[in-house]
Amino acid sequence: MQSQKTMDTLVGLLLLAAIISLTILAFKVSGLTSFFKPEGYKVTVLFDDIGQLKVRAPVKIGGVKIGDVVNINLDPTTYRAVVTLYIDKRVNDIPDDSSVSILTAGLLGDNYIEITPMYSKTYLKDGSEVQDSHSAMILEKLIGQLLFKIGNTGNGDKK
Amino acid sequence: MSAIQTLGRWGIETTRGYGKAGVLLFRVLFHFPNIKKGFPLVIQQVYAEGVLSLLIIAVSSLFIGMVVGLQGYHTLVKFGAAQQLGTLVALSVTRELGPVVAALLFAGRAGSAVAAEIGLMKATEQLSSMEMMAVDPIRRVISPRLWGGFISMPLLTIIFNVIAIYGAYLVGVKWLGLDAGAFWSNMQASVDFHSDVLNGIIKSVVFGLVVTWIAVFQGYEAAPTSAGIASATTRTVVYSSLAILGLDFVLTTMMIGDW
Amino acid sequence: MTTLDVMNIVEIENLHFERNNHIVFNGIDVKIPKGKVTAIMGPSGTGKTTILRLMGGQLQPTSGTVTVFDQNINKLTRRALYKLRNRMGMLFQNGGLFTHLNVFENVAFPLREHTKLSNSMIRSLVLMKLEMVGLRGTAHLMPSELSGGMARRIALARAIALDPQFIMYDEPLTGQDPISKGVLVKLIRTLNDALGLTSVIVSHDVKETLSIADYVYVMSDGKIIGQGRPDELNHDDPTSELHQFLVGLPDGPVAFHYPAEKFEQDLMGEE
Repeated sequence: MQSQKTMDTLVGLLLLAAIISLTILAFKVSGLTSFFKPEGYKVTVLFDDIGQLKVRAPVKIGGVKIGDVVNINLDPTTYRAVVTLYIDKRVNDIPDDSSVSILTAGLLGDNYIEITPMYSKTYLKDGSEVQDSHSAMILEKLIGQLLFKIGNTGNGDKK
Repeated sequence: MSAIQTLGRWGIETTRGYGKAGVLLFRVLFHFPNIKKGFPLVIQQVYAEGVLSLLIIAVSSLFIGMVVGLQGYHTLVKFGAAQQLGTLVALSVTRELGPVVAALLFAGRAGSAVAAEIGLMKATEQLSSMEMMAVDPIRRVISPRLWGGFISMPLLTIIFNVIAIYGAYLVGVKWLGLDAGAFWSNMQASVDFHSDVLNGIIKSVVFGLVVTWIAVFQGYEAAPTSAGIASATTRTVVYSSLAILGLDFVLTTMMIGDW
Repeated sequence: MTTLDVMNIVEIENLHFERNNHIVFNGIDVKIPKGKVTAIMGPSGTGKTTILRLMGGQLQPTSGTVTVFDQNINKLTRRALYKLRNRMGMLFQNGGLFTHLNVFENVAFPLREHTKLSNSMIRSLVLMKLEMVGLRGTAHLMPSELSGGMARRIALARAIALDPQFIMYDEPLTGQDPISKGVLVKLIRTLNDALGLTSVIVSHDVKETLSIADYVYVMSDGKIIGQGRPDELNHDDPTSELHQFLVGLPDGPVAFHYPAEKFEQDLMGEE
């Protein structure tokens, strides 16, 4: 049996080790930038097809993460997907005519949202709705289109 | 007829056992120890259950991380996805391996020790003499051990997770030559703090409570003989392991369903 | 006991107790008078320890009442029972010392739990109690370093740490060498008289126990088979169990042979 003082110290060290480990898990392993959500604003985008996009997917400009997807809904009248983005408030000068596309990280990776800024002098703000959206590239559809085009050109050659 | 009687008796005894265990837990949780006197006792138990289990947890987690790294690399490399090794390791460790393996080791190291210690205190009449000195053994002996395990388990799991991931990093990056940047950044892109890391820690809190609960109950209800203590420690490890694996499935189902 | 002026610390009336369908006590009456040393004797396995646990409120009787300090111990709340136990001490067969604390802390344990005395006050009290049992020099030792007899004396010091009025000894002499027995017997008697205690000794060491007891109960098979002052304990009938127990005969009412089939039959049956 150790003396109470030694035990207190060792338990303190255990706690310290656990806290350091938790910090590593939070920042190094799960890439958490802050325990609290950074302040930001919400923007909605309408898509025809969101593919495999999921809530918490990153939102990027030029590859740099500036926010994430917080909500995905279906507009019951137009049958389009309503995607709500949460964007860091420090990035508050995105032109409101920017186009938003759903891209795929690598061939098999997850979907993410890329915003391509345009030239308008008015900026996106909380509650804005982006008009210019590009749906996700669906591999099956691409292959279908490709086959269709090859078929067409093949026919043309025969004529 | 006698088979039915045996079944009936077994049913009654089992139910009575659960009832006793429930009463024990109730008495621990709702007769909160006196802060001034109880706190040093809980610290002693965090030392006995947590600090003393740290070595086995650290060594095991390092090897488990290294093995998962090695196996994962050789599987992923077939699909040309070796860059995802960090993701694979971090997800399997934080979600499953960390909480479960740490809890199993904890049951073997601390759970059995607690059961044996309490059983021995019972067999040598230490608990009875405490009662006769008007000191409630539940408050003085059982409660600090339960709280100690409850506190130690998540701490050990967090440390386990980090060491295991570092073990995989050693194998993947330092030995097999993966790119360190890709290892960490792929990991960060797919591991979520709340749904992966925190859920794993929530699991470990539940496991910590269940393992120490089983340990103190088995020790407290042990027959006051050498054979009784031996069977109490064995049962602690067996029941804890079963409870950990069973509860893990239940908790995982709940977490995937709701969160 | 017929003397009306002596108050009884414990009164047990028509006590029945069963454990695992086995009858341990079948209607016994015991009175423990204040200020005396009362001995409860009987062969092993007659529930002598059980009767102490019933007096301490650790067990519930099947029927009958156990009254301690004029309170029915089985009808008390946990809080009241614990309050009552502060007035009793109990010495267990092997002492029941806390193996993770040294001798000093063992004796200090009840003081630290139940009083708010300063450390120096506790120190003086503990050393005083240890001096009473003659083991002040062992204060820094761990219980594992003590002999069995010393451990019991330390346990005795611990049991009297809170100055109880009533103290129970569970087989204090079992397994001790003659010197330890002598020391313990002398301690039990002198502590009882010096501190004004009331003592109950459960034992099967006939000679030593009779030498210090004021009153003796002899139990067997859940019944009281004899009682009285040591000198008037009547065992003239050589066929009685009381006589067999007190004199220590190998055969008698308690047979040497455990009940079995006839030996010849058993041998022949083995084919």
